[in-house]
Amino acid sequence: MDIFVQQLINGLVLGSVYALVALGYTMVYGILELINFAHGEVTMIGAMVALSVISALVGNGVALPGVVIALLGLLAAIPACMALGFTIERLAYRPLRNAPRLAPLITAIGVSIVLQNLAMLIWGRQYISFPPILPQGRHQLLGASITDVQIVILVTSVMLMLVLTLLVKRTRLGRAMRATAQSPQIAGLMGVNANTVISLTFVMGSALAAVAGVMVSAYYGLAHYYMGFLLGLKAFSAAVLGGIGNLAGAMFGGLLLGVIESLGAGYIGDFTGGFLGSNYQDVFAFFVLILVLVFRPSGLLGERVGERA
Amino acid sequence: MPRSKRQVWLTFIALGVMLALLPFVVDFGLGRSWLRIMDLALLYVMLALGLNIVVGYAGLLDLGYVAFYAVGAYCYALLASPQFGLHLPFWAVLPIGAAVAGLFGVLLGTPTLRLRGDYLAIVTLGFGEIIRIFLNNLNAPVNITNGPQGINQIDPVSLLGMSLGKTHQLFGISLSAPHQYYYLFLLLTLLVVFISMRLQDSRIGRAWAAIREDEVAAEAMGINVRNIKLLAFAMGATFGGLAGGLFAGFQGFISPESFNLMESVMILCMIVLGGMGNIPGVILGALLLTVLPEALRYTGDLQRAWLGHVVVDPSDLRMLLFGMALILVMLFRPAGLLPSRQRKRELVAEGDVAVQEQASVYDARR
Repeated sequence: MDIFVQQLINGLVLGSVYALVALGYTMVYGILELINFAHGEVTMIGAMVALSVISALVGNGVALPGVVIALLGLLAAIPACMALGFTIERLAYRPLRNAPRLAPLITAIGVSIVLQNLAMLIWGRQYISFPPILPQGRHQLLGASITDVQIVILVTSVMLMLVLTLLVKRTRLGRAMRATAQSPQIAGLMGVNANTVISLTFVMGSALAAVAGVMVSAYYGLAHYYMGFLLGLKAFSAAVLGGIGNLAGAMFGGLLLGVIESLGAGYIGDFTGGFLGSNYQDVFAFFVLILVLVFRPSGLLGERVGERA
Repeated sequence: MPRSKRQVWLTFIALGVMLALLPFVVDFGLGRSWLRIMDLALLYVMLALGLNIVVGYAGLLDLGYVAFYAVGAYCYALLASPQFGLHLPFWAVLPIGAAVAGLFGVLLGTPTLRLRGDYLAIVTLGFGEIIRIFLNNLNAPVNITNGPQGINQIDPVSLLGMSLGKTHQLFGISLSAPHQYYYLFLLLTLLVVFISMRLQDSRIGRAWAAIREDEVAAEAMGINVRNIKLLAFAMGATFGGLAGGLFAGFQGFISPESFNLMESVMILCMIVLGGMGNIPGVILGALLLTVLPEALRYTGDLQRAWLGHVVVDPSDLRMLLFGMALILVMLFRPAGLLPSRQRKRELVAEGDVAVQEQASVYDARR
């Protein structure tokens, strides 16, 4: 039972990070029907920028509490990623709005390769460690332990998700986004500037990605130029799992994927009598994804989507 | 455009002579390593043509194609290496690999028949990752794939009692291993090209085009959508398995590293970049994307010539340039370098209709 609660907590924390990244995928997909393959790399860049700032501050002996330093790193990462998201959309996707469907997919892959290798040139191939500046407290919860960092990640993610939901449901911009997702042409007739809305969607998704990147590097204590790839893959899976284009779906899918993964990794050894070990963790995520899609092809919370040409 | 039959034949002969002499020219002019790159390029042409059947002809977006390549390669490696002490002959191993890969194609195809577009893409992607993770971990408690270390000392391809791993004298010409593999791969590539060409205009090819354009209408016209989709998956996978087996024999060593998602993505890029559904385009894309990253290694010399010294390690730079090249080509030729004639016709004649259609699809979606 202790293991169960512990893995559940770990899963929820991990899942909330997946959910934040998944939101970026799903928002872009909702409006453009484009898999923004470079989104995972935006997350990675966010982590790298934050780590550079944090390391620089720590290295220069700036006498501030660890939490403040981490926040400063985050504050540097967010605008950097927003600018990056904006630029990617402007240069790589906007010119291909009316091109064959696979063309933007290939540019997305190109952008992802470019960002990965740029990061490698700037930060090198080695793992970069997150300085131990954050409080390391542990708390007991139902026989399991939860760390301060985990609590912060969970609370921040849930708050950001709430803010985003309110923004999309209640504000003018949110209404414009939903209208553009329905039909860019008609939204345009109603006075919505589709290009602005799309740019803002990218910017918002990238800001969330920055936060997720910083959190995941704080959680594992590491960052790496390659980290965005698998994270992006999992987040995209989460978005599809929940029903792509659907905000609540992305959040739910992210949390579910995280929990499944943690529980899977925790119990797979017991289930198979030690034949399969926790190194099959990633198989679990993909296997569940395939199962769900086979039985509910539009994702768990997705509505039935008509056939696209 | 050759007009008479005579000219067609002359073109063919000239092309044949050129392809036959190419390895010697490359070996002499650029060196042995480039000859090996050409061998790999031919393997990628086979792979790309295989994926082209699934994506280009049948319109099923497959991001896990490399799984079949892996299955073919591992079949070959397990049946012809000291791993299990089995050394079955090449002519038994290669078809087994291709057939098992084909079976995996059906295995992937069956549960995903209802999916299309991006959902299909993500499921195939997951499938590819699952295969790779299994290959990576099936070394304990029973060692099957030797885990991340991969399988070593795979038997080289052996034809007519002559092992392609060694240098042979033939008609007074010395043929090294890469030369011999070149000719073998060339022959098989030509076979794959021939099959692809014949398929395109066959009943099956037309059925694929029909389900690609409109699945519901195709079904209404009496096409058995399920079987025809499965056939596309199976045929694509078989070609993938074939290339995989050849890769294992050629390389002598395989590990799960060679079969990651980026490889699938690369093969997809080849066919989209070259021009989907169009055989010359697919071949061009495959050749370009294999040769380009290698050619970009020479940026080190360029840096030395222009800047006096190497500022950035060329091996670090080449993927960056490669990514940029992908973006630029797509921005300027979104339909690929050599778009398929049929699709081009559709695009030119109905340019405005296409835009309208897209708009109405946007509306109908929700």
